[in-house]
Amino acid sequence: MSDSLLEVQDLDVVFGAGRHRQVAVEGLSYTLGKGETLAIVGESGSGKSVSSLALLGLLPRSARIERGTARFAGEDLLGLPEEQLRRLRGDRLTMIFQEPMTSLNPVLTIGRQLTEGLVEHRGIAQAAAEARAGEMIELVGLGDPARRLAQYPHELSGGMRQRVMIAMAMASEPDILIADEPTTALDVTVQAQILDLMRDLKARFGTSIILITHDMGVVAEMADRVVVMHRGRKVEEGAVGEVFARPREAYTRNLLAAVPRLGAYARTTAPRIVVDRPAEVDRRAPVVRARGLRKRFAGRSWFGRGDAGVLALDDVALDLYPGETLALVGESGSGKSTAGRAVLRLLEVDAGEIEVDGVELRGLGRAGLRRARGHMQMIFQDPFASLNPRLTVGALVAEPMQIHGIARGRELDDRIEALFHRVGLESDHIRRYPHEFSGGQRQRVAIARALGVGPKLIVADEPTSALDGAVQAQVLELLLELQQSLGLAYLFISHDMAVVEEVSHRVAVMQRGRIVETGPRPVVLNDPRHVYTRALLAAVPVADPTRRRGVLPRLDTATMPRGPLTEIAPGHLVAAGAEAA
Amino acid sequence: MASVVEPARAAAGAPASRSFLGSLLRTPSGAVGLVVVAVLVLAALLAAWIAPYDPLRMAAGPRLAPPSWAHWFGTDDFGRDVFSRIVYGARLTLQIGVIAVGISLTSGLLLGLVAGYASGWTERVLMRLVDVLFSFTEIVIALACLAILGIGLTNAMIAIGIASIPFYARITHSVVLVERNKPYFEAAVAGGAGHLRLIFRHLLPNVVPTLIVVGTLGVSTAVLAAAGLSFLGLGAQPPQPEWGFMLSSSRDLISRAPWMMIFPGVAIAITVLGFNLLGDGVREVLDPRQRQR
Repeated sequence: MSDSLLEVQDLDVVFGAGRHRQVAVEGLSYTLGKGETLAIVGESGSGKSVSSLALLGLLPRSARIERGTARFAGEDLLGLPEEQLRRLRGDRLTMIFQEPMTSLNPVLTIGRQLTEGLVEHRGIAQAAAEARAGEMIELVGLGDPARRLAQYPHELSGGMRQRVMIAMAMASEPDILIADEPTTALDVTVQAQILDLMRDLKARFGTSIILITHDMGVVAEMADRVVVMHRGRKVEEGAVGEVFARPREAYTRNLLAAVPRLGAYARTTAPRIVVDRPAEVDRRAPVVRARGLRKRFAGRSWFGRGDAGVLALDDVALDLYPGETLALVGESGSGKSTAGRAVLRLLEVDAGEIEVDGVELRGLGRAGLRRARGHMQMIFQDPFASLNPRLTVGALVAEPMQIHGIARGRELDDRIEALFHRVGLESDHIRRYPHEFSGGQRQRVAIARALGVGPKLIVADEPTSALDGAVQAQVLELLLELQQSLGLAYLFISHDMAVVEEVSHRVAVMQRGRIVETGPRPVVLNDPRHVYTRALLAAVPVADPTRRRGVLPRLDTATMPRGPLTEIAPGHLVAAGAEAA
Repeated sequence: MASVVEPARAAAGAPASRSFLGSLLRTPSGAVGLVVVAVLVLAALLAAWIAPYDPLRMAAGPRLAPPSWAHWFGTDDFGRDVFSRIVYGARLTLQIGVIAVGISLTSGLLLGLVAGYASGWTERVLMRLVDVLFSFTEIVIALACLAILGIGLTNAMIAIGIASIPFYARITHSVVLVERNKPYFEAAVAGGAGHLRLIFRHLLPNVVPTLIVVGTLGVSTAVLAAAGLSFLGLGAQPPQPEWGFMLSSSRDLISRAPWMMIFPGVAIAITVLGFNLLGDGVREVLDPRQRQR
């Protein structure tokens, strides 16, 4: 890059001191050119966020910069006094964060938050700032600026809030925008729109972007150049095409290999085979048979402003056979998690039938339900929150077996040990507490806990979406191996189409509480008939910089066909009205 | 593929979690608080050896003698040794703290746990009841209890205990509401766990750290409240060497024998300060919000 805008040299960031000293970033150097998008990629804990926070002087108190310079506009950002840095921050250097739900102040209007920075940094009048804020609202595609500016964050969806964040960050036409996992918390279709928007604004204002992400798909879609970080160090740097096509370092190659690619299993009908003689799907009798599930979450009625609530499940029907994986896909709020919980009777539905292993769950009393829970288990998304922090992992794995009277004493201990080995953990892990494990290891503990009772059905709610690429691949492999050797049935809830393609036999696509398309996985993913399914698939970022997908049409979810499912091919059902489109 | 191994972060060679006491001594307030409370406990245990006189013996010296080598804190209007009375008074003070907080903490904990866990009707009834009690000042409830139980130091401890149940119930309830919405709780439900297991094995251990903090701070409140009741003549009765009662009996003699008032007052103040500091220290060590990983 000839005209570099930012030059970072030999940056060291350290947490703690003495015995607790931990080097988070070590000797990091890179340059950012004008109008360039530089992606900094790495797994969690690689120092990718910390290195960027350091530029803005936003490091947590326990961290300090030990060495390094960051030349920007003739000055060293790292050496600037706080007051001068503050003047740059939010004006020429801006940032957007991962979590749009919490990065806007809930008690201030959008307008107030948008104008604040302009008034502060530019010293322009409130009226002028408001005019500018209105322009930005239009520019980020929110429309109706007068109304938007008067709204509070809770009145907007996650995608809309991220648009507001971007409007805030771009209002001052900054030189550098630091985007820390800007789309990780968003649904794929929204993610695609936000990426489009960032690209569009970048071209318009000539802003340089530092894009921090773990998602190789987003990197391929957005970046000009890539810096790969691992354990605080830069392992590779290069143009995006170069890094993807010819990664020099083994670490980068592994990182790329671990990315699930949609289409990788397009030719197969079954999930990836990982054992010699996999158990076949047994189509004689279903493990789960659900019909007409309906669930409404009551709306709040503060000050009498009640609403009808949200119909989270609307006439949902599911069948799941032994040895089979049915993937429930859809965006957040589509009701897929609600459906999974309803099947386990973790929440009560308003109407419908749920049979698990031939037993109607809704008619069961406490004792009957407890017995039924011996056949069905759940694995949760967040392995950090789903393990009780005050119990040892051994005690956690033992618990369901104790409850269901499967083993006790010496035998129980043996079983726990066997389970730990089964999921790839060691015997001496048993006495430790959850916080001593990494995310992937914790998810293994959760899987061991679910396996102990010898279940027939496991509901897995986004079991790998909180995990880094390589770890995600390992946990998926474990789940596949367990299914194929034990004949488990999985209800696999996910928003990640590439993962779904790898693990599932059949797919059900949910949208606003209804299943709008369902069928064998190869059919639904290769030949989607519903607009919504097509949009979901089109929005998946492809981890290949030579195949950028360009601008996607915006979805109008309100007018999508939602009629009763009709069979258009054996086992392939689509909401009525979709076929015509 | 396996070369991109999971970072075994804390699993590998992380220092074993430091002992609770060790961490407590590292916080300035915890260390000071611990020393003050330790002195108090030693005084209570070894009162018989520390105190030079029998605290109840009248005419151990001349009446209303100012502090001297024979009577460090002077003597009171019956010629009793004030220092000895204060040393023995530590026993009563500790009893008050332990019993009053014990009563309010256990009852409040149970109430809050049950209400928070049960939800629905049980919760509404229990928590509205707690709210009603909460709307009275603690001292008013304590007075009402004493009116029923009759005056005396033991009854005062019980009364103070009962009066602060709503406080502990509210705190427990709010913590339970947070904990029961965490996925680990749902995971336990999905595993088939019954009521008792959910309450005592999953919720209780996650509530206790908060309550230990609040309870430690609560001891000082209880000591102060007991002193107040004794001052009013509703708690300790003569000739018990209770600090609050010693204060009140010195009222008429404040100008002639200020030492009768100063030393019990200072003892109360230091004790309250000690427990407050200890509570702050315990919070720093136990509060999960302070221990971000």
